[in-house]
Amino acid sequence: MLLSPALAISAVLFVLGVAGVLFRRNAIIIFMCVELMLNAVNLTFVALAQSLGMGGQVFVFFVMAVAAAEAAVGLAIILAVYRHKQSVSLQNMNLLKDG
Amino acid sequence: MTVTFFWIFGGIAIASALLCITRRNPIASALWLVITLFALAALFVLLDAQFIAVLQILVYAGAIMVLFLFVIMLLNLGRPGPTDIRGPAGLLTATVLAGALLLLLRPISEAALPASIQLPPGTVQGLQEHQGIIGAVANPLFDAYLIPFEIASVLLLAAIVGAVVLAKRKL
Repeated sequence: MLLSPALAISAVLFVLGVAGVLFRRNAIIIFMCVELMLNAVNLTFVALAQSLGMGGQVFVFFVMAVAAAEAAVGLAIILAVYRHKQSVSLQNMNLLKDG
Repeated sequence: MTVTFFWIFGGIAIASALLCITRRNPIASALWLVITLFALAALFVLLDAQFIAVLQILVYAGAIMVLFLFVIMLLNLGRPGPTDIRGPAGLLTATVLAGALLLLLRPISEAALPASIQLPPGTVQGLQEHQGIIGAVANPLFDAYLIPFEIASVLLLAAIVGAVVLAKRKL
């Protein structure tokens, strides 16, 4: 009975994450929005695990492991970029855009 | 009662996610995201995933968000400066695209699961009573999902090595 509210909430959270990625320029905030999207998907997994079995909860476990790995590497990349550019704004990350 | 609480915590999650993506200060954003993660943990409890809720608070709200705040403060991004929110054209594009995505995602909340793949109601609670809250997650994790679990450990090792290599000035 909680399935459809959970799916609705997770859809809204996912869309908010996508909107954040689209309209922010700060790399760290974009990163946090990606975490928000991962969490929205986790909510879907947990909601469906209620009627489809524990596999969904196990998958949330893996999503968390991947998110932790992604956060560690991504933040290290942001640190490395900051050392070169003195900024984390995506406006300044245009090496591949035009010469 | 459960449904009421579910909507309350869902509302908190959505409102704080909205604040998270609209705050200019990255630290404020990160703290609102922590509130979202806590509200999601509450939703997990209401969905019979107590162990996942604890993990959510320990790993996400604890470890990952502390890492974010640590980097924000290390780079001294909390100070006032030019806004990083895109101009009107960017905002309009983002709103239109996000609205379109919301329209596309709307049908999933109304989808009905076919009865043939659904477990009988109370199966998950039965498993949790029989094997314990953690056992119900741990049994499939170390049985059917053993190989993915081992691969996850390799992934974490690779991430640790990668983060050290990237963050070091000179190896």
